[in-house]
Amino acid sequence: MNTSPASPLLAIEGLSIAFGPPAESSVVVSRLDLAIAPGETVALVGESGSGKSVTALAVTRLLDFAGGRITEGRIALACRDGVVRDLARESQATMRNLRGPEFSMVFQEPMSSLNPVLRVGEQIAEAVMLHQGMGHAAARAETRRLLERVRIPEAARQLDRFPFQLSGGMRQRVMIAMALSCRPRLLIADEPTTALDVTVQAQVLRLIEALQKESGMALLFITHDMGVVAEIADRVVVMRQGEKVEEGPVTDIFDSPRHDYTRMLLDAVPVLGSLAGTPLPLPFALPGESPAPQDTLRQGPPVLRLVGLSTRFDVRHNFRRIGRIHAVEHVDLAIRPGETLALVGESGCGKSTTGRSVIRLEQFEEGEIWLGDRDVSRLRRGAEKELRRRVQFVFQDPFSSLDPHLTIGFSIAEPIMTHRLAHGRAVAERVNTLLGQVNLPGEFAHRYPHELSGGQRQRVCIARALASEPDLIIADEAVAALDVSIRAQVVNLLMRLQAEHGIAYLFISHDMAVVERIAHRVAVMYLGQIVEIGPRQAVIGDPQHPYTRRLLAAVPVADPRRRGHDRGLDDSEVPSPLRRLDDPPTIAPLVEVGPGHFVARHHVGGLY
Amino acid sequence: MSATTAGGRAGSIHSPLAEFWRRFRRKHIALVSGAVILLLVTASVAAPLIAPYGPAVPDYNNVLAGPSLAHLCGTDTFGRDILSRIIWGGRISLSVGFISVALGGLVGVVMGLVSGYFGGLIDSFSMRLCDVLLAFPGILLAIGVVAVLGPGIDNVIYAVAVFSVPVFARLVRGSTLALKQTLYVQAARSIGVSRFKLMFQHILPGALPAVIVYFSLRIGSSILVAASLSFIGLGAQPPSPEWGAMLADGRSYLGVADQMTLFPGLAIFITALAFNLLGDGLRDALDQKLR
Repeated sequence: MNTSPASPLLAIEGLSIAFGPPAESSVVVSRLDLAIAPGETVALVGESGSGKSVTALAVTRLLDFAGGRITEGRIALACRDGVVRDLARESQATMRNLRGPEFSMVFQEPMSSLNPVLRVGEQIAEAVMLHQGMGHAAARAETRRLLERVRIPEAARQLDRFPFQLSGGMRQRVMIAMALSCRPRLLIADEPTTALDVTVQAQVLRLIEALQKESGMALLFITHDMGVVAEIADRVVVMRQGEKVEEGPVTDIFDSPRHDYTRMLLDAVPVLGSLAGTPLPLPFALPGESPAPQDTLRQGPPVLRLVGLSTRFDVRHNFRRIGRIHAVEHVDLAIRPGETLALVGESGCGKSTTGRSVIRLEQFEEGEIWLGDRDVSRLRRGAEKELRRRVQFVFQDPFSSLDPHLTIGFSIAEPIMTHRLAHGRAVAERVNTLLGQVNLPGEFAHRYPHELSGGQRQRVCIARALASEPDLIIADEAVAALDVSIRAQVVNLLMRLQAEHGIAYLFISHDMAVVERIAHRVAVMYLGQIVEIGPRQAVIGDPQHPYTRRLLAAVPVADPRRRGHDRGLDDSEVPSPLRRLDDPPTIAPLVEVGPGHFVARHHVGGLY
Repeated sequence: MSATTAGGRAGSIHSPLAEFWRRFRRKHIALVSGAVILLLVTASVAAPLIAPYGPAVPDYNNVLAGPSLAHLCGTDTFGRDILSRIIWGGRISLSVGFISVALGGLVGVVMGLVSGYFGGLIDSFSMRLCDVLLAFPGILLAIGVVAVLGPGIDNVIYAVAVFSVPVFARLVRGSTLALKQTLYVQAARSIGVSRFKLMFQHILPGALPAVIVYFSLRIGSSILVAASLSFIGLGAQPPSPEWGAMLADGRSYLGVADQMTLFPGLAIFITALAFNLLGDGLRDALDQKLR
C-alpha cells in the first residue's frame, strides 16, 4: 500500500481552488493531485495557509458555503454503488446524500461543532435517523452502540447530557461517533486532536486507529503536527502555499525527505528525548544557525520565589457557596536569575492560573510572592509598580494580546512610558532597539497589529515584555499558537535573549518537547499542585511521579517506527479541581529523590 | 530578515478605516442622508449669506402670504419670510441637537466606563440612576428639567442632554464589561498601565463605534424633543426662529396659512429622518456583529 494504489477510493486530480470574486480571486490550492486507497491513511501536512483544510472542504463541497470555488480539476470518489462520481461537479443535493454514507468529517473544534442546546444523544440520533431511516427508538439504541464504540464510559447515561457537560476529549469522541454513524468509507479528520491535551490526543488517535481497523475505512488526516503524522499515517502529502511539495510513504518522508521544506518541517519538530545527554538547554538547529548548549544561569538570590501560593475560586449558586475550585494549591517554587523553569501539565491543572496570580491578573488567596528580597504579596503602590516592571507576561494568543487600535510602536513604548524609563526621543530609539532585538525592522513601529503575521506579533509581544528590562518573563503557552517553523524561531529568540540579558523565564507549556529544549528545570502540575519538580534531565529522563510518566508517554514521537500501538487505549479522564467546601485537598511536602528533584508521594486526587 | 519568513500578505488586509468606508459606501440611503445633513449644516452656518431676508424682518405688505417667487415658503403673521426663518432656525435646532447629545454623551460615556470598569457599588448606583431616568418618558423628563431651571433655549439643551445620559452610559458600560476581559486590556494591566489610561486609551476606542452610531441617532431624537419643548412654549421664545416655536406660531393659522406649519414641520421631519438613517447606515458599517 506504499505506492499510489491502482483503484483509489478517492482520486483528486489537478485540483485548483480560489477564493473571492473572479476578478480579484486568490488561488489557495493549485493543481493538487492526491489519491487514497480503501482502508489507507493519508496525512495531509502543512502549516497555516498551506491549503490543507481548504482541500478537505473541497472534497466535502462545504467549500461552497465558505466562499470558495473549485476552478479546475476532478475529485473522483468511487461510491458504494460502483459509480465513480466527480465531486467537483455534483449538485449540492447529491452531495447531501453522499455526506454520511460515503464520507464524513471530524473538525478541529469539538467545543463549537456540537449544537450547545441539544443533548448529544439527540444530535447523533438525528444523523442516524436521516441516513439510515430508523425510527426514534432504534436510532437511540444505535446511538448508544456508537458511543460505546468510541469508548465513552457509561454511554447510556451520556446520551442525555448536553455538550457543555462533557470534556473536550469526550466531545471529540461524540463528533467521531457522529461521523461514524453512517459507516462512511472515507473519514476526513481536520486537525481533530489539535485542540486537545497530549494525553487526550493520544487517546483519540488510538481510538481513530482502532476504529479504522475495525471498519476498514480510509482516512484523510489533516494536521500540522509531524509527531501525529508519524503516529498514524501510511502515506504523507506535504503541502505549502497551496502546492504539493512532496508525497511518499511515511517512513520515506521521515527517513529521507527530498524537499527542503519537508526537511525544514522535520527539523523544526522537537523530538522528546533528543537532549537526554546534556543538562543545558539547546536552541533548535535552524538553517544557517549552529546552536550550542547555553549556560545562562547566574549567581544570586532567586528572582521569584513563591511560598505556598494558593488561588481558589468559589462556585456559588443563589449567593451560597456550594464548592470551590482549587486552581492553585500550595505551590512553592523559586526561579534563579537566568534560569528557565518550565511549568507543564494539562489544561485545567492550574499552570496558567499560577502565572496569572504572580502578576495579579488573578487574586490569590494565600501565600507569598517574593521578588528578590522583597515581598510583593501585599500590594502597596510601590510594590505593585515594582512587580509590574520586573515581571512581564507574554500571552498565548498573539492575535488578541495587542490592542488593535494602537500602533506596534506605541504598544512597545507603553511599558517604557508607564514606568518612566525614558523620555522624549529616547523612547522612540528604545523601541527601535527592541524591535531590532526581536529581529523585526524598525519601520514596524508605525504598523498596526492586523498588518502582522502571528509570528511577527508574538515577536512584538516579546519586545514589549523586554521593554521594561524585567528580571522575569512569564511566557504562558507563548509558542503554542504558532506554526512549527515559526515556533522554533521564537523559542530560539527567547533563548538568545536569555543569554544576552540574563532574563529568567517561567515557561508555561503543555508541549514537553519544546520544554525539553528550553528549560533548565521542569515542574509538573496536576490538580493545582506541583507533583514533581527538578532538573530537566532528571524529570524528563527519569520521571518519578506516575502522572509525569503518563504525560511523557502521551507525547507523539516523530518516528513512524516507534508508534505507540502497544500502549493500548487509556480512557481515564483528568478529574476536576472542583471540590466540596468541607473536602479540602491533601497537602504534603514533596519528597527529595535526587539532587534538586522532588516528587509528591501523597494522594493528590483522582488517579494519583 | 531571514527570521521572519512568514511575512504574510499584509498589503491585502484593509485598515479598520478603509474597511469601514468600503462597507459604508454601499449604504446609499445613509450616504444621501449624510449629504442632506451636510447641506443643512452648511446652510445654517452660511445663513447670513444665503437667507434671502433677515429672520425678524417684517414685510407688512405680505402678511400670511402663500409661497411665491419672492417668498419661496411664504410668510407668517408679521410678513417674515418663512424660508429665511427656517435657515436661521437651523442654527438653533442643529446646535441644540448637537450640543445636547455631546454633553449627554460625554457624561454618559464617562459614567459607563467608570461603572463598567470598577463594577460593585459604583456600578449598581449609576445603573439604578439610569433605570430611573429611562423609566421617565423622555419628554416628561425634559419638561421636568425645564420646569426646575426655567424656560429658555439653554435649559432645553440641559434637559435634552439629561435624557441622553443613560442611553450612552448603558451602551458604554456593556462594551466596557466585554472589553475589560480582552487579552490586550489584561496585557496592558499586567504592564502596570494606570486605570485612567486603561479606560480611555485601551477600552474607550473599542467602544467608540457604538457611541458614534448612537450619537447620530440621538441627534435626530434630540432635535425632535427640543422642537416639542419649544412648541409647548418651554424652549425658544418668540421671536426666535426655532422650528418648534415656528410650529407653535402657525398652530392658530392651520387652514388659513398652512405654510406656517408645513415648512417648519418638514424641516424637523427631514432633519430627524436624515440623522436616523445616517445612524442606521453607520451601525451596519461599524457593528461587527451585524456582518
